[in-house]
Amino acid sequence: MIKALGYFIEIIRGALITSRHFFVNMFFHILKVMGIKTKRKGAVTFQYPEQRKEIASRHRSLHRLVPGEDGKPRCVACMLCATVCPSECIYVEAAEDPELEMQKYPAQFIIDIGRCCFCGFCVEACPEDAIRMDTGTIEFAGYTRDDLVYDLDKLLR
Amino acid sequence: MIEVLIVLVKIVCALVWFLLLTLYLTWVERKESAVIQDRIGANRASIFGIRILGLFQPFADAIKMIFKEDFVPAFSRKFLHTIAPFISFFFVAITITAVPFGDSIRIGERTITLQILDFNVGLLFVLAMLSLGIYGIILSGWASNNRYTLVGGLRGAAQLISYEVALGLSLIGLIMVYPSLKLSNIVYYQGELLFGFLPKWGIILQPLGFIVFFFAALAETKRVPFDLPEGESEIIGFFTEYSGLKWGLFMMTDFMEIIVVSALVTTLFFGGWQVPWLAADGFHWPWGGEWLLPHWLTIVFQVAAFNIKVFFFCWLQILIRWTYPRFRYDQLMDMGWKLLIPLSLVNIVGTGVVMRILQ
Repeated sequence: MIKALGYFIEIIRGALITSRHFFVNMFFHILKVMGIKTKRKGAVTFQYPEQRKEIASRHRSLHRLVPGEDGKPRCVACMLCATVCPSECIYVEAAEDPELEMQKYPAQFIIDIGRCCFCGFCVEACPEDAIRMDTGTIEFAGYTRDDLVYDLDKLLR
Repeated sequence: MIEVLIVLVKIVCALVWFLLLTLYLTWVERKESAVIQDRIGANRASIFGIRILGLFQPFADAIKMIFKEDFVPAFSRKFLHTIAPFISFFFVAITITAVPFGDSIRIGERTITLQILDFNVGLLFVLAMLSLGIYGIILSGWASNNRYTLVGGLRGAAQLISYEVALGLSLIGLIMVYPSLKLSNIVYYQGELLFGFLPKWGIILQPLGFIVFFFAALAETKRVPFDLPEGESEIIGFFTEYSGLKWGLFMMTDFMEIIVVSALVTTLFFGGWQVPWLAADGFHWPWGGEWLLPHWLTIVFQVAAFNIKVFFFCWLQILIRWTYPRFRYDQLMDMGWKLLIPLSLVNIVGTGVVMRILQ
């Protein structure tokens, strides 16, 4: 019985906490509706498509291939990214470059975003800093799986 | 002839009130839970780009539910499976007949009570219908022929026997104080004053009875913290095998039970449609002086008071639903048999002793 009374007090305290949240938040919501600006908001929600949070600079978003000074990809087709990739979603086909300095360039560079797990290992592995995940694009849903296969045209930017 | 017409109009009005409130209670539940948890809640449903805080959300939900496939599993008992949600819905919806919304209106020669039917046993009727609602749950659990639904249905039955006794016993003290089972009479008695200034509401005369009744009535609604038949996190519950509109009926029954419980608590313990110190001809302040009102205005005040009280208790129940975790079902039965029933018996004895002393 005494124990039950203890529970009862805790039950009331719990309800006081939730009702405090309710009334405090409602107060700020009503202030907002009345057009009074306050520092504190009634809700912590970001209403996503209209209201976006800034993406952190280290955020791993959609990949891109960094173009060199001549506009071609910096990539030298060393295959390190394809090797390190845990989900095996990178396909690189090397071709010989007539320029002596480069020697190899990617004839094809395909990333299957549908398989990618966004670990960022390819970025870490790249010796030429040719692949980066800093586009800030986070919405790339597609209707078919083929929509998610990104080739050189789409990646180079 | 005109009598029948009046009753029909009353039924339509009461049902529209009931169902609209049910629909919007789904919206209120989502919004209130959101505000409690520092969120915003459903605000996207719109008609031609107009979205007033998501007020169209209930209609979007209803339309979705109506057009969903009504799937009946091949292994279920078809007839019982189909009829169970309707039983559940019917017995809750019918309780609205006994709820008094306000005092009687005088139009010319005629007086119309703002209550569909003024039973002599209104209180017993409401309690009986609320308890019969559990049949829908047991039937649905059993007829679905699925082990989880059966567990849900049986839990519903176990819950019923542990709170139903306390629910009945807690009201005996109230019936001793207001010697009537007629809900309208109980409300009239609550219009009297105690010591000349305190309204004679049930909460003041029967505080312990109110606590026991409110706890038992919360168990009646079958929502968190007493949602054992449903048990979302482990057994999904008695309506696992339902889809579309039938599932929607179970959900609506839940919300309608909230409203019925709120209306009952209001009627029995918080003076129903009584506004403190408002008599039929206007306010009579206890500190002297009065403010006379025309007849229609007192009726408006009374109906508004009833609605505000009902809204408050709906709000309170949603707050409770979003505050507490679920009881285990041995804990629920402990609470029912070892706490609520002894408390309600103490309440009966205490009420009797006090009444004898004051006689």
